[in-house]
Amino acid sequence: MSNSPAAATRPVPWGGFASRKLAPYLFLAPFVLLFIAFIVAPLVYAFYMSLYRDTLVGGRHFAGAASYIKVTGDAKFWGGVWNLVLFGIVQVPIMLGLALLFAIVLDRGQVYAKGAFRLGFFLPYAVPSVISTIIWGYLYGPTFGPFTQMAKAFHLPPPDFLSPGAMIFSLANIVTWEYVGYNMVIYYAALMAIPSDLAEAAQIDGTSPWQFARLIQLPLLWPAILLTIIFSINGTLQLFNEPYLMRALAGNTINSSYTPNLYAYSLATQNQQYGYAAAVSFVLGIVIAGASYVFTLIANRRRPEQ
Amino acid sequence: MTKIFNPLGRMMQRRDFLKVAGASVAVAALPATVRGAEPVKVLLWSWVPDLQLQVDMFNAAHPAIRVELVNPGQGKPEYQAVRAGLQAGSGLPDVVQIEYQLLETFRQVDAFADIGPYANAHKDEFPEGLWTQVAKGDVVNGMPQDYGPMAMLYHQDIFDKHGMTPPTTWAEFADAGKNIHAADPNVFITDAPFGANADWVLGLLWPMGWKPVSRDGDKLAININDKIAKDFAAYWQDLITASVIETKPGFNNEWYTGLDSGRYATWLAAGWGPLFLTSVAKTSVGKWRAADLPQWDASKFATGAWGGSALAVMKTTQHLAEAAEVAIWLNTNPEATKLYTTKQNFFPCTNALLSSPEWAGDKPDFFGGQEVNKVFAKSASAVAPFEWSPFQDFLYQSMSDEFGASLGGKGTLSDAFDRIQDAVVTYAKEQGFTVD
Repeated sequence: MSNSPAAATRPVPWGGFASRKLAPYLFLAPFVLLFIAFIVAPLVYAFYMSLYRDTLVGGRHFAGAASYIKVTGDAKFWGGVWNLVLFGIVQVPIMLGLALLFAIVLDRGQVYAKGAFRLGFFLPYAVPSVISTIIWGYLYGPTFGPFTQMAKAFHLPPPDFLSPGAMIFSLANIVTWEYVGYNMVIYYAALMAIPSDLAEAAQIDGTSPWQFARLIQLPLLWPAILLTIIFSINGTLQLFNEPYLMRALAGNTINSSYTPNLYAYSLATQNQQYGYAAAVSFVLGIVIAGASYVFTLIANRRRPEQ
Repeated sequence: MTKIFNPLGRMMQRRDFLKVAGASVAVAALPATVRGAEPVKVLLWSWVPDLQLQVDMFNAAHPAIRVELVNPGQGKPEYQAVRAGLQAGSGLPDVVQIEYQLLETFRQVDAFADIGPYANAHKDEFPEGLWTQVAKGDVVNGMPQDYGPMAMLYHQDIFDKHGMTPPTTWAEFADAGKNIHAADPNVFITDAPFGANADWVLGLLWPMGWKPVSRDGDKLAININDKIAKDFAAYWQDLITASVIETKPGFNNEWYTGLDSGRYATWLAAGWGPLFLTSVAKTSVGKWRAADLPQWDASKFATGAWGGSALAVMKTTQHLAEAAEVAIWLNTNPEATKLYTTKQNFFPCTNALLSSPEWAGDKPDFFGGQEVNKVFAKSASAVAPFEWSPFQDFLYQSMSDEFGASLGGKGTLSDAFDRIQDAVVTYAKEQGFTVD
């Protein structure tokens, strides 16, 4: 567009050279300032804190890397990470699989009331996670919850969603319910972006719907899938709201270090170990970055044929 | 009324007023602004609902002080804000609501001013045991606002149905639990939320004389898994193993329904319990009664406390005398304190209210016309002093974690006490205490 002759002769709006150089920074300023104030500055401050140690007797003193060394051997921290690795192995494939299925079915166009379904799948994401956890907590109720009541009506043993063995799946279910719609929308948008001539060509070549999904849609969706997996790794390792709230219902199962974020929260708010809490948070950040990086490496090596 | 930032407007008001009023007596009665001196602003943090009523009464009675009330959230959120303020060295209130159980924890970080010179005159207005919660000798760090002496609330109908009398000792309590559950497997003598409500567990260990953490300066004696704890653990473990009690977390809908529907025959409750129960149990009106906490030794009455808070004055206040007056007046003025029992549903702290015919003689329908307050008032006067640890929220967290782990299959309650002992000793050493 800018190659049109009219563009060349049009006077430059904004005038001089200096203001032209300044303009992009002005436009960036609102973002950069907020980013510095609310992301960079707290990070720097947290890092500073992680190098110090607060004690009830003696106050604050410099500890160097001591807190980081302690985290590497902290069974509570790694126990929490391990909980979430198990959680993620079960939950992420189910969530993304369902999201993909829904997206492809909606894209197919053979669905009645497509808009209503799309909205319906997406709606749980619009419910704040605090609210959905409270709702699911009520549904899971071991004595008076609806599932228990139903089981009793059929003379079946009532399921115990809050027992130590079942808790991780009960949490996975809540998170899946919350985020399937979100991931579905990402996939759906990526599917919409697939040029329609590809579909026409495939149709002329006589592909079955299954072949079309597998050989054309899936490879083209790959970048979107990769993105959602990395988001999911991130989200999983930072799990907080759901276990924090479920603790009020399952205090015998969820302890103060059930997830790494819950652990950092307990360290800061109850143990008054601010420096150590900051160190735990940074190590968690490193774990997340590492997990995402390793996954990207593997994924790039095993990229499906296009 | 609120033309604060308009000096000209104020001048005009003043001139006009002087023209009309004239007499100096009238001037003295004016708000302090008009006399030229600004009233001293005292910032009060509290999560007590409708506390503004009492604050308005205070402000009306004290023209030279203006209390501003802020509610930073119940418990944890407020403590987080206080701790953030202590870390930052700014943003703190003058007067703050703190639960008794956390006073020592905040004393440890030197949060409070000593209001003893103002408050000691009121010492005799409170039960002796309660005063020891806020004072150490002549040093006073808070004024008691509400209280939670423990007693037992029970379903009269369940005991009637099984032809039993409510237990007065723990031995009877265990027997009753086994008999009731044998007769009706859907009924449990009580719910014991070991994994979720550590403060409740502590309230039951209190009458046994449990001293988890005693201090002498920076030297701590930590005796969490002592004989008392082991006896306690063995008793409750027996009930857990026999499945005659449940151990589900308290204070959620399942639990409320459990109390209301008679799944739980008793609730080992605190002074604030009767009115709390009235608000959550809607179908069991008239079926409940109150009795003393079951006793270990029937010959000497012992009891504990669960909950309650005080108003403390922060060390950083610029207006110590005024802040102390706020904390004291709000908790000793007869009208203000009486209003707590009618408006905020508080269990009272002052001897005057505890023995007042109006409060103690109340016969609520929910309890079949029983004078339940008298049961709790008896408990209030018998609560022994308790030594809180200087890191009470860590102790509670360890208790919840380890009791929960035991209930989830990792050993017994007795093992849990051992693990708590280890965790607390490690933590105390890390925090710079000397541990004997």
